[in-house]
Amino acid sequence: MPALKADIITQLKKELLALQGFRPLLHAQHKIELGTINHSFPGSQFPLGVNHEFICNNNESLTASSGFIAGILSSLLKKGGATVWISSSQIIFPPALVSFSIEPSQIIFIHLRNQKEILWTIEEALKCEGLTAVVGEINTLDLTQSRRLQLATEQSGVTGFLLRTNQRTLNTNACTCRWQIYPLQSETEDGLPGIGFPRWNVELLKVRNGKPGNWHLEWSNGRFNEVVVQTSSTIEEHKEAV
Amino acid sequence: MKRFVSIWFPYLKTDWFSVRQPLLRELPFVLVTPHHGRKLISAANEQAVKRSICTGMVAADAKAIFPSLQVIDDEAGLSQRLLKRMAEWCIRFSPCVAVDGDEGLILDATGCAHLWNGDAGYLNDITSRFCNYGYTVRVAIADTIGAAWAVARFSNDNFIIEPGQHTVALLSLPAAALRLDDDTIDRLNKLGLRQVKDFIGMQRSALRRRFGKKSGSPKDRKTESFVERIPAGVSTSRLPDFPSSGLITRINQALGLEEEIIQPVIPIEPYQERLPCLEPIVTATGIGIALQRLLENLCCRLKKEGKGIRGVSFKCFRIDGKTEEISIGTIRASHHVEHLFRLFELKIASIEPALGIELFILHATKVEDHLPLQEKIWNSDSGLHDERIAELLDRLSCKIGIDAIHRYLPDEHYWPERSVKNVLSLDETTTTEWKADRPRPLQLLARPECIEVTAPVPDYPPMNFRYKGKLHTIKKADGPERIEQEWWIEQGQHRDYYYVEDEEGCRYWLFRLGHYDDASYRWFVHGYFV
Repeated sequence: MPALKADIITQLKKELLALQGFRPLLHAQHKIELGTINHSFPGSQFPLGVNHEFICNNNESLTASSGFIAGILSSLLKKGGATVWISSSQIIFPPALVSFSIEPSQIIFIHLRNQKEILWTIEEALKCEGLTAVVGEINTLDLTQSRRLQLATEQSGVTGFLLRTNQRTLNTNACTCRWQIYPLQSETEDGLPGIGFPRWNVELLKVRNGKPGNWHLEWSNGRFNEVVVQTSSTIEEHKEAV
Repeated sequence: MKRFVSIWFPYLKTDWFSVRQPLLRELPFVLVTPHHGRKLISAANEQAVKRSICTGMVAADAKAIFPSLQVIDDEAGLSQRLLKRMAEWCIRFSPCVAVDGDEGLILDATGCAHLWNGDAGYLNDITSRFCNYGYTVRVAIADTIGAAWAVARFSNDNFIIEPGQHTVALLSLPAAALRLDDDTIDRLNKLGLRQVKDFIGMQRSALRRRFGKKSGSPKDRKTESFVERIPAGVSTSRLPDFPSSGLITRINQALGLEEEIIQPVIPIEPYQERLPCLEPIVTATGIGIALQRLLENLCCRLKKEGKGIRGVSFKCFRIDGKTEEISIGTIRASHHVEHLFRLFELKIASIEPALGIELFILHATKVEDHLPLQEKIWNSDSGLHDERIAELLDRLSCKIGIDAIHRYLPDEHYWPERSVKNVLSLDETTTTEWKADRPRPLQLLARPECIEVTAPVPDYPPMNFRYKGKLHTIKKADGPERIEQEWWIEQGQHRDYYYVEDEEGCRYWLFRLGHYDDASYRWFVHGYFV
């Protein structure tokens, strides 16, 4: 009897998710390999067709978040598709995207200063069904604006990545996930000189219907690899250092 | 009843040269074409003709007659090109204009002359306009093409042949006025039939026996002898009907007994739609409706012709005489009404209707072939070739400007700022590959920023650096990667790039400009790594 109930509950949960804008993946190739992070999401898959919000305190974390997005885009764009990348303070250097196995000419870069124009451009781009994903760098985003963007993504199925650069105006909004990413010291093999693979501390601050968490990720061999943290004290130490 | 105008340019090509070089106008000059090792005169101007130099002469002979004769090389196909252009220009006089041979035009002037207050005003206008451009013309109007042609070339005083008078006008003209070939004219002259009146009244059957058809090539002669062998009593209706320039045909055409078909030039119709309004339009909704209707008409036509719009302008003529104009451009040729309307919609608000708009004109300023994408069974990711992306970019460029939108392709340079090039088109590709052998920062600063460093060891990465007031201690580093300035583009010192990581794990791209030994070297930060 309890098994039957559990079945019913999972079924109901699935229906609820569908009502809340989560849609099951149509193409298997769009599955994004994030290792254990995927367990934090409803349905154990990286939610596409929704808005992801990245909190960036400074240029370093902005670049780290951009790198994390580039990693996700690399699996999204594997089978073709196009992306619009709207930036205001940062200038993306396209050759760097090649190391994420992205063909930079698949991406249309838009460089704007005016926040209103950026918001309008992001919304227009999110409405365009021909795109795979939209990356937008934006200062502030209030509840109404984020709702508009969420409606646009739900309509078109385009995934939105919003880089929030002004931390002071952090408020509740309609984005499905809120991330915070900052760089970590890389490690080379056997302590050899030089710099190892890029490594980040990825924090999932908020996820609708999921479990937030904190992970250390490394981009190597064309995919995300989780770095196992030895002790909890090291994280604490690191946090103090930051 | 029809009316035709024949325009004859006796010195078409030489006039064209005189217009270009006004000095030539007073000098006798000829145009020559090489022919079997000699230079034959293909056209002579009025001054030269006065000195009895005519076309078909050898240039050397003409020089012997008149030593200071100017000789200019002829251009192939010049007269046809000129006549075609003139014919298009002549559409102002009549909607139906045809090129006639190598030195004339035919206008179907039926129902046109009254707009110039009669035939005299009509011909005057044509003559004076051509004279102003520097061309000598002889213009005649008559009921048939043949008569107008004859009068324009052979009459001396009266160029206006009243309706129904064309037969009378032809009588005193020479036989050549009937557009006959030289052979026929020769034979007519041999028989003493010099003027049209000498033979025009003859029985057709008699004429047909001798001049039944054009004589020229030997093959034609054979058929002619066959024609001649037919007894006179046999009904001529069974004879093959020879088209074009037979004597009988020409007589019939000149008299209007046989219809002559001309091939009018068709001008390229501009991609334009007009919408006049009974009541002046003042509201944005009204303008929107007008625009929608015009776009539908224009796109319907473009769709049929397989074309698409790259640029359109929408003009509104206000009743106070002013014009309001908005225009849009697209990245790919499009004839999608909804899309184009949406582009215009962003700009409708900028139209000031004032007291009202009485006329709307939609004009496609740039039209290109529209290449339809192949229909797909499923909606897969077609990358940038998706129509919807082009439409999105059109909308964006309308609002934020095309300058803000970039697409990058690799360029053949090592200098980081020049290693990518910005392309406008979505379809452009390059054979150059992206270089991925060296680490490159994801975020590049617009211009390198100066930093203070502690770098005690030459050609080693610095120990620490101060950037934006914060001290960064370098824990790990990679490099240097030396990038030389491209001296053929710009003079300057080389850069030694280092990929460094500080104690917090932030990764930067630093470089030293110049050699360590130089006193003037400086350090810069140029980007952030992921």
